[in-house]
Amino acid sequence: MKAQVLAIDDSRTIRSLLAATLEEYDFEVTTAVDGVDGLEKFAETSPRVVITDINMPNLDGFGVIEGIRGGSVNKTVPIIVLSTESGADLKDRARRAGATGWIVKPFDETSLVSVLKRITGI
Amino acid sequence: MAALDAIRATFFEECEDLIEALNEGLGEMAGGDHGGETVNAVFRAVHSIKGGAGSFGLNDLVGFAHTFETVLDRIRSGDLEPADELIALLQRAGDVLADLVETARDESPFDAAAVSTTSDALEAVLGEEGAVEEEFVFDAVGADFDFALPDLDDDEPGSTTYTIAFAPRRDLYATGHEPLVLIEALADLGEIAVAVDLSGLPGIDAFDWEGSYLAWEITLVSSEPEGAVREVFEFVDGLCDLEITVVRSGGSGDATGLPELPDLDDFAPDDAADLPDLSVEPSPAASAETPARENAEPAPARKDARATLRVDVDRIDRLINTVGELIINQAMITQRVREIGVPLTPEIATDLDDYKQLAREVQEGVMGLRTQPVKQLFQRMTRIARETADVAGKSAQLVIEGEETEVDKKVIEKLADPLTHMIRNSIDHGLEVPEKRREAGKPERGTVKLTACYKSGDVLIRIADDGAGLNRPRIRQIAIEKGLIPADVDLSDAEIDQLLFRPGFSTAASVTSLSGRGVGMDVVRTSIAALGGRISIASTPGEGSVFSILLPLTLAVLDGMVVRLGEETMVVPIACIEEAIRPRKDDLSRLGTGRTLFFNRGDYLPVIDLAERLGHPTRAKKLTKKTLLIIQSNGSRVALAVDGVVDKRQVVIKSLAKNYRHIAGISAATILGDGKVALIVDPDGIAEDPPSAGSMRSRTEDETRREEKKDAA
Repeated sequence: MKAQVLAIDDSRTIRSLLAATLEEYDFEVTTAVDGVDGLEKFAETSPRVVITDINMPNLDGFGVIEGIRGGSVNKTVPIIVLSTESGADLKDRARRAGATGWIVKPFDETSLVSVLKRITGI
Repeated sequence: MAALDAIRATFFEECEDLIEALNEGLGEMAGGDHGGETVNAVFRAVHSIKGGAGSFGLNDLVGFAHTFETVLDRIRSGDLEPADELIALLQRAGDVLADLVETARDESPFDAAAVSTTSDALEAVLGEEGAVEEEFVFDAVGADFDFALPDLDDDEPGSTTYTIAFAPRRDLYATGHEPLVLIEALADLGEIAVAVDLSGLPGIDAFDWEGSYLAWEITLVSSEPEGAVREVFEFVDGLCDLEITVVRSGGSGDATGLPELPDLDDFAPDDAADLPDLSVEPSPAASAETPARENAEPAPARKDARATLRVDVDRIDRLINTVGELIINQAMITQRVREIGVPLTPEIATDLDDYKQLAREVQEGVMGLRTQPVKQLFQRMTRIARETADVAGKSAQLVIEGEETEVDKKVIEKLADPLTHMIRNSIDHGLEVPEKRREAGKPERGTVKLTACYKSGDVLIRIADDGAGLNRPRIRQIAIEKGLIPADVDLSDAEIDQLLFRPGFSTAASVTSLSGRGVGMDVVRTSIAALGGRISIASTPGEGSVFSILLPLTLAVLDGMVVRLGEETMVVPIACIEEAIRPRKDDLSRLGTGRTLFFNRGDYLPVIDLAERLGHPTRAKKLTKKTLLIIQSNGSRVALAVDGVVDKRQVVIKSLAKNYRHIAGISAATILGDGKVALIVDPDGIAEDPPSAGSMRSRTEDETRREEKKDAA
């Protein structure tokens, strides 16, 4: 079975890029357009990995992390933040919320894929 | 990636939406709404453009967006007060950003001066701190898809041996981390030897499945600085006991070159330091204890939440064309069946009716695909207004209403130029300078109101200013100077206003560099007429002027009155017809010049014989046997004489200019139910000038010139 990845980003461009990249490497990608949509899709798909943007309407990335970690199902899923930001304070906040890692946008295809492969054990 | 081009296109499509959102938000901010969500939405729009642009190596765009975003971030956090000047600067920045997106899309050069001026102004707002950060971002995004793997890092001669004692706490597993992933990330940095410490394992009866019992002792030989090693553990900081010791440093002090704290790495100015950040640090994995793994069912296919589909306009146009043929075909079948003269069974009659109904529904549905709200067009006008006011030294605000009104996309596209011109005119010529306004007891800031609404099957667009109103004595004088009217002619106010639309009225002397640009209101009127629309003016001295544009909802069909001219059938647009009258002899008066006037509702209207004007051979038929269509044309009324009215119906417009050539007085053609081609009358063209000869005019010089201007516009 293909490894399921949930990619949450309010940018259509980034969603398309992630989906195209990851599908090429045989991941199955679900995309969500903001944090609220993200948590809904998370409950629906129970993914192996979550990739989330930080700055999004309705519910931001911190909210997504807290929502997943504070939930009851699949709450130890690895959550990777994908953000153009890289400030220490933001990373710190993400870590305290329970993020598993941080990748700076624009992302490098090779390293993103290698990280995901490791995490999913493929 | 093969799909990259398509995603690039997606990016620019998204940018259009984002810029729309940006302008909307900035407009709300300018209107005094400094609320968190408004500023946030503006920030997010710029931020998303930056994020996407970085993925395509559009560094100029990223650089500018970053500076822009930094200022917005400061406003969001309350560090900066969104005063009027700052909001004006943000709006300029929004314009520059839109330009950068556009030039990036077209791969054309951008206005570097405008970008750096605005960028400098933004940085000035930020002070020194912002400027430093901006440089960092330029560097960070320099790395795009092609960038190298971490192994290619600058290799210092010699290497360092580290010992790493790593003991996860139970929380580490709760946040998706996996020791194996971290150890593998370390292995990327060099040679490793790993030993696991099993001494903490309890007996099976005391085993807590959520507990953490293992610890690792790792020896790493790497040319990487200590910072890179610590970075691997950045996201497990506080979730484990970690001890990193430098056993032996063989290199030339590389371990001291970088600060220890991983976060600071991000501010290192070179790409090299950023690379491991991407590849190594986001480690971890779902631990073996993950409880709900079996819940991972096959997910539904990936889908976006926005249920919209972007379709090439050409494809819709082809569809519309085909539907047009379908409507004609339907009309022909109905007519043929009737002509055969066989008695229709109720079934066939019903089927034919159904066919007609379905064809209409298909047509309406397809037409609807091509309509768009005027929102984007209107929002572009805020920028035009701003720029014009800046240059003209006016204080002006553009108020927009009815931006959700939907119009054919083609109409919207073709409306951009005339509308731009009119907005410029309203601000440049319509509004007074602030001092004058104050003297007149008006607010210094002038208002131009741009509104759209539906009006009985058409769309009405109005541009209203609260300026001084048209200067009629001056307009009259200019017209006399230009030789457009005799010096002694007596004109009503409405007639004077109409002079603005005369070719040759607008000249370099009467326009400034802004509203000038080589086109006059005559070109505006011609462009509107080409869209099947009409334009009119109302102006009150001291209170302002209103320009009204009445446009059809679509360019593809037209409600027409089918009329007879001898053997010919023609179509007159219903929109311009006020009434159709069989004239009484008493109401007609012949003038010495051979012209005839028709007395109607207190006015004497010039009578134009359509057949004569178009050069059809006519048997001299008495006017009293003809039908007069009273039409509105160029703001005045004329009586158009035709042999008779046949029918009122919706016709599909076929461009003549495209299939044949432009003919004065004729706007297009259509195919009627009997398969015959009928020409559609252009009322403004017909009523315009008296014919130069009795026959159908070819293009006069004047006509040709206007055509050229129109093409250029």
